[in-house]
Amino acid sequence: MSRRPPVAAGPPGVSRRIVLSFLASAAGAIGFAVTYGLGGQTQWEGVCLAVAFAGLAIGLAVWGRRLVPVGGYVEEHEGFTPPPDEQAMTAAVLTAPDSPIRRRGLLATLGLALTALGVAALFPLRSLLPWDRTRPIRALKETPWGPGVRLLTSSGQPLRPEDVPAGTMVGVFPEGGTGAGDAPAFAVRLQPERFTRPPSGGHLDGVVVYSLLCTHAGCPVGLYLKGTGQVLCPCHQSSFNLFANATPVAGPAARPLPGLPIEVGPDGFLRATGDFTAPPGAGFWSRP
Amino acid sequence: MILDRLARAVDDRLRLSPLTRKALAKIFPDHWSFMLGEIALYSFVVLILTGVYLTFFFDPSAADRIYHGSYAPMDGATTSAAYASTVRLSWDIRAGLLIRQTHHWAAVVFVAAILVHLVRIFFTGAFRKPRELNWLVGVTMLILALANGFTGYSMPDDLLSGLGLRIIVSVVESIPLIGSWLAFLGLGGEFPSDELIPRMFVTHVLLVPAVLVALISAHLAMIVRQKHSQFHGPGRTEHNVVGSRLYPSYTLRSLALFAWVLAVLFALGGLVQINPVWLYGPFAPAQATTPAQPDWYVAWGDGALRLFPPWEIHIAGHLVPAPFFPGVVLGGVTFLALYAWPFLERWCTGDRLAHHLLDRPRDHPVRMGVGVMALTFFGVLVVAAGDDIIARLLRVPVYGVLNVLRVLVFVLPALAGILAFLLARALRRGDAARLGELTRADLRVGRQATGGSDARREGARAPDEPEMPAPDRPGEQIELWPDGEVWRWRYHDEPAGLAILSNRAVLTEQEAADAARLAYPGVDHVTVPGPPPPPPPGRVRTTLRRWGNAALGVSLLAAALRQRRERRRGGGGDGPQRR
Ligand code: HEM
Ligand code: FES
Repeated sequence: MSRRPPVAAGPPGVSRRIVLSFLASAAGAIGFAVTYGLGGQTQWEGVCLAVAFAGLAIGLAVWGRRLVPVGGYVEEHEGFTPPPDEQAMTAAVLTAPDSPIRRRGLLATLGLALTALGVAALFPLRSLLPWDRTRPIRALKETPWGPGVRLLTSSGQPLRPEDVPAGTMVGVFPEGGTGAGDAPAFAVRLQPERFTRPPSGGHLDGVVVYSLLCTHAGCPVGLYLKGTGQVLCPCHQSSFNLFANATPVAGPAARPLPGLPIEVGPDGFLRATGDFTAPPGAGFWSRP
Repeated sequence: MILDRLARAVDDRLRLSPLTRKALAKIFPDHWSFMLGEIALYSFVVLILTGVYLTFFFDPSAADRIYHGSYAPMDGATTSAAYASTVRLSWDIRAGLLIRQTHHWAAVVFVAAILVHLVRIFFTGAFRKPRELNWLVGVTMLILALANGFTGYSMPDDLLSGLGLRIIVSVVESIPLIGSWLAFLGLGGEFPSDELIPRMFVTHVLLVPAVLVALISAHLAMIVRQKHSQFHGPGRTEHNVVGSRLYPSYTLRSLALFAWVLAVLFALGGLVQINPVWLYGPFAPAQATTPAQPDWYVAWGDGALRLFPPWEIHIAGHLVPAPFFPGVVLGGVTFLALYAWPFLERWCTGDRLAHHLLDRPRDHPVRMGVGVMALTFFGVLVVAAGDDIIARLLRVPVYGVLNVLRVLVFVLPALAGILAFLLARALRRGDAARLGELTRADLRVGRQATGGSDARREGARAPDEPEMPAPDRPGEQIELWPDGEVWRWRYHDEPAGLAILSNRAVLTEQEAADAARLAYPGVDHVTVPGPPPPPPPGRVRTTLRRWGNAALGVSLLAAALRQRRERRRGGGGDGPQRR
């Protein structure tokens, strides 16, 4: 249509409100740029951008509600059940005598080729697994601890039995494997006469060492409640009784913390005599 | 005008004008609950925009890096590059913290909007035929949104998210037979592996967003093809959509919503701190923070892990550890149930018809009960994720809280579900329009009556609610008229004082009649010569009452319109009234 009707005049004052909103928006944008230019300040930047977009929003919303018709229009549905003859026509095209989908034999071999390709394409996914220690189960079961591995504190110092204080737990790590995710353990001094169950890793004058990783889902059991001899996991509040071989006493954990068998080496420092008494951390299918 | 010439030039080559005209006239129902999906959409746009900015500065690597910068407590410290670059982004890059926090807030709002959107789709039955496919797409997007939220949260390699990651890895390892293989496939080694951060990065910024973009496109394409559903209302049928046109009204309002989302997200990002990783410190396998709570949308999983008792299953020397049940089984069942719901419901009700009119939540008491039960269940799980905080606030032992929650997680959903079922049934059967008007008699009727039938549903309809247009209803008619070279039509219900205008003009009278017949089957047609009808009153009555004049904008009919308006002014009213 070539004839253009004149622009409709809106209710009085509306255009002015929209203009003011857009101007406020521009002011917000400039404010943001200036704040940034002056060195940036997170709160101001946020407020300026919020003003800029809120101005835009208000202007557009007023425009959309007051200067153009709202509601009162209807559109028809064509319906979604296609007429049967239409379906038949489409089917006829697809199943014409020369139609590829009617050549069963060719399709079958094509399917075979595509399946083979699809399966072959899965092989490179194997590279996502590590190549060095192939079997994850062995990796999960074994830790850097072993016979003769010395216990280091978090600052990297070897530990004598008498360095383990009564009343706090000391984080310990295997020499040569301090960064390993499954190795963290803790040493703590208890009164042997309060043991209700012998520690699985044995003890040296009440000094016991257990894995630090919760047997529920692997968080470090960081909180030691000295009086009760319990350690608590901060993730889901499992607690373990150190007097009873670190068996779980409350919360969702089901297995005791594995112990670390220790001895005093010829140099006077604590060292392990083997790996943990069980795989540390969360359980898995092949865990004995 | 240049634009004009450009438009003509493009049209001469692609002939887009018929398509464009139809697209611009697409009808959107005027109900706030139809904006929820759009909020999700716009948050996603914000996520992409802010996220791309972040990729310029974030270094997805577990390699050691020394931090030098204005966050003094960490100056000179060696951490992973991922963590150091996040601290740098927050402290040393102008606008970096704003964008980082806005990105995180957008993720929170994104998931929340999807969830509320899903709840609205669920309770109004918008997933019924023909929209089941879009429901499946939607649930998939929800899963992807959760997954992307989690990888994003974990990438900065801070202590808090490291704990969450370790828990998820443990949950994966708990899967019988393949668990440890799956975990190693993801991690490329034992936790914490060096490969993990780069792998999460490419998943977070490329794989999942690409799939989301594809799914959102499919989602929106299906909405365009199937058109919107709508609530019951005057002149609304299973064969039409009543509301505002995409252009001009909805374009402006939708852009306004986009701007609102941006405004709110930048205000949050600027003013409300979120995930201050520099306070948590870098991840170290032997350290933990307390209390440790995840982002809200994974809290239900965390709560379930806390509540599930220490039960493990031993099978022939093999172990199914406890986290398998609250982690894998609960999550799997939840999403399977979501996927299956439209089909389950169809199987139970035997309703195979297409529906474009939405249910009111009460129309389907069983769905209402199940929905409320599920929401309550997940609500209790989210609360359970804060059991340690609750215990500290109430000064009671955490295991007391835990035991209470272990009971509540079953009792509360059952009670809430039954209550919702009974109330919905009573509302549907009785005359009450809202909860406050329910009488004891309604509840009792609800208990005695058996089965649901459409007859009773019709009876339950509030008196002012419309019914389907029917040929025998007097006063209802379709009016067609020529308007210059084109034809228009409208639905007119004289007794109700209701007129609804066709969303677009067509070239012939036949076309107009065909469209009207599709939208209002069985309603009589008359051709009127003009003068053209008054402006459409629309559903938003109050809007019109306040701004009756806005109808002027309809205004290819401006002259005649002015005439009518004079007349109405004389009558003293300030807008068309429906009742
Ligand atoms: C990435 C997230 C999502 C975006 C961006 C999005 C966007 C939208 C938009 C803009 C609409 C139209 C407005 C409306 O009806 O509310 C819509 C409709 C719809 N959405 Fe979503 N949505 C998302 C997630 C979901 C989810 C999680 C579900 C369900 C599980 C879902 C199911 C549907 C259905 C069935 C419709 C059609 C409803 C109708 O026409 O009334 N969507 N979506
Ligand atoms: S990880 Fe320790 S209780 Fe869950």
